[in-house]
Amino acid sequence: MNAMPPRNRPVYLDNQATTPCDPRVLEAMLPWFTERFGNPHSAEHRMGQEAEAAVEAARAAVASLIGAEAREIVLTSGATESNNLAIKGAARFAAAHASPRRRIVTVATEHKCVLESVADLAAEGFEPVVLPVRPDGLLDPDVLAAAVDERTLLVSVMAVNNEIGVVQDLAAIGAVAKAAGALFHTDAAQAAGKIPLDVAALGVDLLSISGHKLYGPKGVGALYVRRRPRARLVPLFSGGGQERGMRSGTLPAPLVVGLGEACRIAAAEMEGEGLRLARLRDRLHEGLARAIPGIVLNGSAVARIPGNLNLTFPAATAEALMRACPDLCVSTGSACSSAAVEPSYVLTALGLPAEAASRTLRLGLGRFTSEADVDYAVAALAAAHEATAARA
Amino acid sequence: MRRTYLDANASEPLRPEARAALTAALGLLGNPSSVHREGRAARRCLEDARERLAGTLGVRPEAVVLTAGGTEANALAVAGLAAGGRRVLVSATEHDCVRRAVAGAVTVPVDGNGVVSLAALGEALADDPGPALVCLMLANNETGTVQPVTEAAVLCRRFGALLHVDAVQGPGRLPLDEAVAAADTLALSGHKAGGPKGAGALVVQGDVHPLALIRGGGQERGLRAGTEPLPAIAGLAAAVEAAEAWRRDGGAERLGALKARIVAGLGAAVPAARVLSAAAETLPNTLCLALPGAAAATQVMALDLAGVAVSAGAACSSGKVGRSHVLEAMGLGAVAGEAIRVSLPWTATEADADAFLAAYAAMAARLARHAA
Repeated sequence: MNAMPPRNRPVYLDNQATTPCDPRVLEAMLPWFTERFGNPHSAEHRMGQEAEAAVEAARAAVASLIGAEAREIVLTSGATESNNLAIKGAARFAAAHASPRRRIVTVATEHKCVLESVADLAAEGFEPVVLPVRPDGLLDPDVLAAAVDERTLLVSVMAVNNEIGVVQDLAAIGAVAKAAGALFHTDAAQAAGKIPLDVAALGVDLLSISGHKLYGPKGVGALYVRRRPRARLVPLFSGGGQERGMRSGTLPAPLVVGLGEACRIAAAEMEGEGLRLARLRDRLHEGLARAIPGIVLNGSAVARIPGNLNLTFPAATAEALMRACPDLCVSTGSACSSAAVEPSYVLTALGLPAEAASRTLRLGLGRFTSEADVDYAVAALAAAHEATAARA
Repeated sequence: MRRTYLDANASEPLRPEARAALTAALGLLGNPSSVHREGRAARRCLEDARERLAGTLGVRPEAVVLTAGGTEANALAVAGLAAGGRRVLVSATEHDCVRRAVAGAVTVPVDGNGVVSLAALGEALADDPGPALVCLMLANNETGTVQPVTEAAVLCRRFGALLHVDAVQGPGRLPLDEAVAAADTLALSGHKAGGPKGAGALVVQGDVHPLALIRGGGQERGLRAGTEPLPAIAGLAAAVEAAEAWRRDGGAERLGALKARIVAGLGAAVPAARVLSAAAETLPNTLCLALPGAAAATQVMALDLAGVAVSAGAACSSGKVGRSHVLEAMGLGAVAGEAIRVSLPWTATEADADAFLAAYAAMAARLARHAA
């Protein structure tokens, strides 16, 4: 262990759980917490108007990241709320307007907040359909086409998976939904700012964004709601009627400003950052594969965001590896459930046995990951694996 | 030009204690649900904030459900408790997020000062023996009228009904202990207490189980999914604690004295001005003022040009036109369109009170000249 370079903080490779707030985002937010604290809905005085203008500039930056119009962006408290609003909101609108469409189609590897929103709607008379994925984590377009018909109200498929980083073919999925006259929602929490997204090209009607997954603050997110043709929603809760009635509550102006700045930076730097992260990710993967023969990558190697690896180790459990590497922040899967002991349902959906899933780690690289971080992770995990395997 | 901000009921200036907590939490990187060291540090920050808030309120930490704000906290309580088929009774002057949380709520009238009629509440409860939820705010955001929540709680217990108290305007202004004791569920907002926007809390006590509005991920014991906004939450807990300490140290009394200074000054300078809810107990920082013949929007804009920020009612709807449902419910007729809300922030000084008086008197004189 003495060969390890000295470090003054843990190496953070869990960028799918959350990303650090970019210092530029923090700087943009701070004045709105303090001197410029007006309520953005106080349209009658200058302090409110300033906050409103800042919120609207941020809304435009969010829209611009995904090729939308500013007025198509509903600001929320995060992607979990956006996903709940999109799915329950669309279903409840259809029910209130006596639509005969009752089927809601999603896939087994979605985030819990999508799966639970869809499942909850069964109690309201909807028909949830949860499709399997192929062993590479991607949805088979033929399986989707067979499930989507004129009874289908909504298709919800995530853009990028939070555990295995695979990128679904949204344009193809959108085309299937559109051909059946169904709405298409995508949870883009892990995709926005990481890969190019264009709502027109993808045929998306509803798209969820999270602030803290793209180097913005926690506590803010957005839902894109198409205007032409218009996707209509019933709000999750009512009140002051902010966000055109779709999301009541005082907008957290500082957090919204942070989200806007995060989107602006992502739009400007996505391309170069993607190349850099792919290089680092490959260095990490190659280094580990060289040191630990038999390591297996889960999920498509091709249709994958640059910042993610999901690896099954041949001879050590994830728990043992994490215990042996206290200075390395990695995870076994989604953060919400990472304190749970069951195997990841995402890995199970790929066909991984529970025993193999227990030997699997998610490694998430991000904007502030350095080559030294990657080299440290390779050395630490290789040493931990060797030590654990030797003990077994 | 020097600005005089008198719209605290829309949003309070950040308190330094909240700023410190917020800034410290902004430096934390992890997701509070992650198990690694950074995740655990984030979790500790979250649970510290929950304990700090619970400690200030005198409740168990498990009773505190953190939300994105006061609106969501109110909606979670009202829609979440109505979901089982429970009848909802709301006082006529509740915030829209309570009034409109469910369709078909029964409205309980208020008197000319905005105080709920306990007799009418008792009758409404006696009307239907089924399970019920009563929603009564601690103090109104537009008039500052303080409601008899303890008496309402006694009625609710008698009829087996639950009581939800929207206490968003309370911290730093009124003791919260009676409301906490009276309520089955109680809603708070961070930014109305001098914390940042983006966090609120619902206190859920006893054997009460609202249905979650936002699900998936299992945070907040299943009552509110989503990664918790740590800085906003840390700021909320610090703000409520600081607001309460500040109130006990005489802060609220100082604001009450400033309000009295304004009322006394108006009596001399603008005798036509009328203080609404004058016969009720009101928040020490809140003054609802009507100027006969002058549209509220005109007054607010004139005062803004003179450097004074006030509002014509709740901020959420202030961008829209339309009369305040609060003043209408008080039976004020045309006066409902002629009233402005002056709400003193915790930072208010005598100079602010005097700046308001001067601007208001000048405006009233100008409007009177135009009318003549």
